[in-house]
Amino acid sequence: MAETVRDTIKSITRYHLEVEKSLCFGQCLTAVGWVGGTLPELYEDGGMVEVTTADVANGGFVVGAGLQGIRPIYVVRYQGFQWYNSPIIVNYASKSKELWNRPCPIFIRSIAMEGGMGPVAGSSHHSIYQRMPGTKILSPMTPLEYSFAYNQFMSDDEVYYISEHRRSYDNTEELHDEILDECDIVLFPISVTRFDAIKAVKMLMEKGIKASIIHQLWIKPFTFKDHWKSCLNKSKYGGLVLDDDYEQGVASSIAHRMMLESDKKVRTLGLQHRTAGFHSSVDNLPPSANDIFNKVMEIVRGQ
Amino acid sequence: MNDFRLNVFKKASLCRNFEEVVFKKLQDKTISFPTYLSTGQEFISATIAQTVEESNIKPDIFIQHRGHSTYLSFGGTIIKLIDELLGRKTGCANGMGGSASIQSKEKNIYGHDGLMGSQVPIAVGSCYTSKKPTIVFIGDSSVEEDYVLSSIGWAATKNIPILFVVEDNNLSILTEKKVRRSWEIDEVAKGFGVESYNISDNPNDIKKHLNNVFQKPLLLNINTVRKYWHAGAGIDDENVFDRYESEMTILGDATVNVHEINKKLVEKLWQRQLEIQ
Repeated sequence: MAETVRDTIKSITRYHLEVEKSLCFGQCLTAVGWVGGTLPELYEDGGMVEVTTADVANGGFVVGAGLQGIRPIYVVRYQGFQWYNSPIIVNYASKSKELWNRPCPIFIRSIAMEGGMGPVAGSSHHSIYQRMPGTKILSPMTPLEYSFAYNQFMSDDEVYYISEHRRSYDNTEELHDEILDECDIVLFPISVTRFDAIKAVKMLMEKGIKASIIHQLWIKPFTFKDHWKSCLNKSKYGGLVLDDDYEQGVASSIAHRMMLESDKKVRTLGLQHRTAGFHSSVDNLPPSANDIFNKVMEIVRGQ
Repeated sequence: MNDFRLNVFKKASLCRNFEEVVFKKLQDKTISFPTYLSTGQEFISATIAQTVEESNIKPDIFIQHRGHSTYLSFGGTIIKLIDELLGRKTGCANGMGGSASIQSKEKNIYGHDGLMGSQVPIAVGSCYTSKKPTIVFIGDSSVEEDYVLSSIGWAATKNIPILFVVEDNNLSILTEKKVRRSWEIDEVAKGFGVESYNISDNPNDIKKHLNNVFQKPLLLNINTVRKYWHAGAGIDDENVFDRYESEMTILGDATVNVHEINKKLVEKLWQRQLEIQ
């Protein structure tokens, strides 16, 4: 049976605790099947540290562990909780190397949900961390990508924000770029939008619209690769950055960079600029395949 | 005990004389960024540093923004602190830390990032991980931060070898404690199960409450007097109690000599560093 993203995270965590002798901090780590089955069933004597429900303090505890050089993992079960968890991490751990020559590497597992979680917890919030120097952000959606993110972290000495999404946990497939010569539009999907972007490309193809897809694993630092730029410049209608955070954060920032470095207009599609409610009728979900399809059709029609 | 007290005075004297020069450098604009003088509060860090030194303990130290005396008492290099206040790369925080974010790797002193009280959860997490003796310095205002309170609670839960030192000068800039809150932190800490005391900054008083230090969490709320402004060079009240003068009166002639030696040393080091372009 192929390894899922869930299996990968679990085995990496076990390796990190048992071989690297590190610690994994988090709230309610045994909750809902050990955080969706991504954690080995270990307790404090095995390196799994249950912290308090005081989120701001918890972020500080992990920074303290980071200063001791153990490269702690910090599990934040809902990305919306980062509003409370991030202050000491971004103000201390992210700055410590530059200010004091004291690296404070931390592997933050920040988990997004697929709706139904109301005004706070919902989708990705990786834009919170994007502004701060000394922080790197990746959003792995495949087993190999997750291993890559972990290996990058272990060879680096900065804070890593891993923007996870529960919908990826069952995934066993690697996601590959589809770069077409002289396409109509180029999609640059982030996080969970990558799965729906693949569906949208097929829907568009049925309408005779050729869409390239270039998956975004690295959110920060963002590197606009030459062959991506070339693809964008050859496209008819430019690009579309897709995100499951609000458009005013990472998506707009990346689109801005792309426009500065290309000849094309790059648009964004992410969460709507409104508060999510719990009921499906008032939720605020990441762009679906239909949403992406409709947005591209708008662009093509010149709307 | 008098040897101990004189040794504490030696450390405090270095701190006092250092701050007196900084006061002048602020007045003549040699230093032009926010600077937090610890004048009047020197005996807290001096006493604790002397006590752990005599026990041959090398703790991890998490400093607060008003930290010059902490840095100097625990053996931070004076020249690096001068350079830091002059914004030089050779400073103890690469010239980036100014007055509030100083550190010393050699002496296990961790810098403060400017978020009031953030050093407390960081110290608790560090101590939980290392199990090493750890001291964290906090102001009476910072203990009001919610994350400070929950950190003291978690330290109690994990029974880690940490000393919380609240440098209680009764002021948050100019707002007195009684205006801000109706509780005392030692009472709150007791509620968490942490051994805690509300004491003066008399060196004897501090020392006698350090008997169980690093066996389990311990909190000392130490009442002290800030002699100068919250930041910068100025005096709020000329008539405040000065522990330094009190110790000179109690300990007598020996302190005069110590004071003069430290005064000359500090002035000479400042002059030498200022001559380096």
